[in-house]
Amino acid sequence: MRALMEGSEAIAEAAIAAGCRFFAGYPMTPFTELLESFAKRLPEEGGACINAESELEAIGMAWGAAATGARVATGSTGQGLSLMQESMSEITRAEIPLVVFNMARGQGDYFQATRGGGHGDYRHIVLAPIDVNEAVDITQLAFHLADQWRHPVLIYGDYLLAHTAEAVAIEPRSAESLGGPLPEKDWAVDGSLGGSGRSRNLNPIGMEKGSKGIDPDRFWRLLQEKQDRIEAAEQRFEAEHTEGAELLVVAFGTLARFARYVVRELRAEGVPVGYFRPITLWPFPGQALAEAAAGARTVACLEQNAGQMIDDVRLSLFGSGLPASSVVSIGGISTDAAGFGIGPLLDTEVVRDRIRAALEGRAVDGVLGGPIS
Amino acid sequence: MKGSMTHRMKLDTANPPAQAARQKGSFASGLQLTTDHDLCPGCGEPVALRALLDAVETLGLAQRTIGVVGIGCYTALTSMIDLDLIQALHGRAPSLATGAKRMRPDALLFTLQGDGDMVNEGLQEVIHTAARGENVTCVLLNNGVFGETGGHMTATTVIGQRTKNTLEGRDAAYHGHPILIGDLLAGLGGTSYVARGSVHDAAGVAKTRKYFERAFESQMRGEGFSFVEVLTMCPTGWFVPTKEGPGYLDEVMGSVHVTGELKVGGVLKRD
Ligand SMILES: Cc1ncc(C[n+]2csc(CCOP(=O)(O)OP(=O)(O)O)c2C)c(N)n1
Ligand code: SF4
Ligand SMILES: [Mg+2]
Repeated sequence: MRALMEGSEAIAEAAIAAGCRFFAGYPMTPFTELLESFAKRLPEEGGACINAESELEAIGMAWGAAATGARVATGSTGQGLSLMQESMSEITRAEIPLVVFNMARGQGDYFQATRGGGHGDYRHIVLAPIDVNEAVDITQLAFHLADQWRHPVLIYGDYLLAHTAEAVAIEPRSAESLGGPLPEKDWAVDGSLGGSGRSRNLNPIGMEKGSKGIDPDRFWRLLQEKQDRIEAAEQRFEAEHTEGAELLVVAFGTLARFARYVVRELRAEGVPVGYFRPITLWPFPGQALAEAAAGARTVACLEQNAGQMIDDVRLSLFGSGLPASSVVSIGGISTDAAGFGIGPLLDTEVVRDRIRAALEGRAVDGVLGGPIS
Repeated sequence: MKGSMTHRMKLDTANPPAQAARQKGSFASGLQLTTDHDLCPGCGEPVALRALLDAVETLGLAQRTIGVVGIGCYTALTSMIDLDLIQALHGRAPSLATGAKRMRPDALLFTLQGDGDMVNEGLQEVIHTAARGENVTCVLLNNGVFGETGGHMTATTVIGQRTKNTLEGRDAAYHGHPILIGDLLAGLGGTSYVARGSVHDAAGVAKTRKYFERAFESQMRGEGFSFVEVLTMCPTGWFVPTKEGPGYLDEVMGSVHVTGELKVGGVLKRD
């Protein structure tokens, strides 16, 4: 049955439908409503939602809960995510599945999300939904991928996603429908193996029971090999009108919805533009992008920041024959007076003008909107 | 399985024993995979750990216990602990224990942290966990220094104590005052049991073990937050000869961080 829900509420419902039973967080706009939704719903489902004393503890609590094998999520907004990075790194290295929401203020956290964000050598899977309906699917997929790979999955949302109401249908999904059966969680700690000689140590620094020190070579290599497999298997994207496109617009998350709308409009008018959206920001769908951009003269990156995704776009097109100077930015810093990321770029007329400018080879200004108060 | 240090019996030298003697690890707790470790001679941390493991075993809780370990010298001991463990970050163990306990309410959850870990880096974690009345046991190995980094001042270093960054001794006017964490936590509404032991001598070890048992029993009864602080020798970090470690611990640290039970059944024992 379909019901009208705001993004925050729908995401929490989707997480609960996926079996999430623990959440911890600390209020911050626009993440707050997600925390409120979990706080209301999890106790009704026999789970727990804790108001942590800070984001440091929120992710710590989520880490401990996830270590027992439960399906667990946490999240915040940019600044809070920054506080969580030390733990994100360790959780990745200890191979603990966890879903983390960044309900960001705009798209300025792309680097933080896709480059590992914290100390050490790692990346986590990053999914960026375009709208509330896709967020529902992606949330369920995120729990599946986290368990499948024993790896944290970050969902990149924003104010628009949190506060847009859409009609959604939320049903529990089978593992099969999300990609296949999942491995047993025999690694999870339940306390049962004490004294058996086989007790577990969920360890991010490579220490193993019974042996002193660590084997860093083996430890780092195994993690790297797993990340290579994720990179090969999990690239997701959406593309439209790439046939015969002279200009390809690349955008992610909710901003891509504006790009997709304008590209459809322009195509209907006979303008040769195409659209490409990475759904996984890591692993970045570089091969698919190179194919989509094969006939284009210009690749225009529309992102709500000073130019971050454009690095991945250029890396993807490296060697394709398209010069780096033909990969241009048509986005920019765009925000409201409160700094929540609801800026002038979220407007199909503005996006249309900027795509036109790129077609005509005109430069665009990288900063839109007034000062942040 | 359990070894006893005070075990004395008449030896029957005429007949071979029914079971071969275990040469290595004969003094190990049943929950220690080995007694071999890389910590300094005279370090109090393995002694405190042994008391903790003995308490878990005595209470028959080995198959329902989860430990969360912080970062300090004691981290190296985790490879010898035969219990399910989660390795946390420096300072962050209490929140991991919180999350794990909420998902496994029947398990015994303890943290193992040092004074630098708990009272410096992670002070707000342990205070909030205690105030929430989280039904876990936090364990502090308090040696008054960052042992692992080479003997630097922590929040529990006593006035006058020499460390690598208080070379003339901790000066209250310049370095501030030590935090008596056990006393601080005992004053919070969510705590049910708080005790401070010391492993400077056999009697101290025996008492410490009792404190562990009482804290764990309190947790298993669901009474809320429990806390066991153990004063441990760090001759290396204190720059004192190994054999002077126990005396230094008792006199210098023990006179400020006074041992005994501070709170039992949610009621303060001292004023
Ligand atoms: C965030 C962070 N800061 C600093 C360190 C470095 N560090 C490792 S162990 C340690 C001190 C440990 O002291 P304590 O907890 O008292 O344990 P001890 O070594 O005395 O047993 C420090 C500062 C770290 N690992 N992580
Ligand atoms: S430095 Fe101190 S705490 Fe660390 S192992 Fe040596 S004696 Fe023990
Ligand atoms: Mg210490």
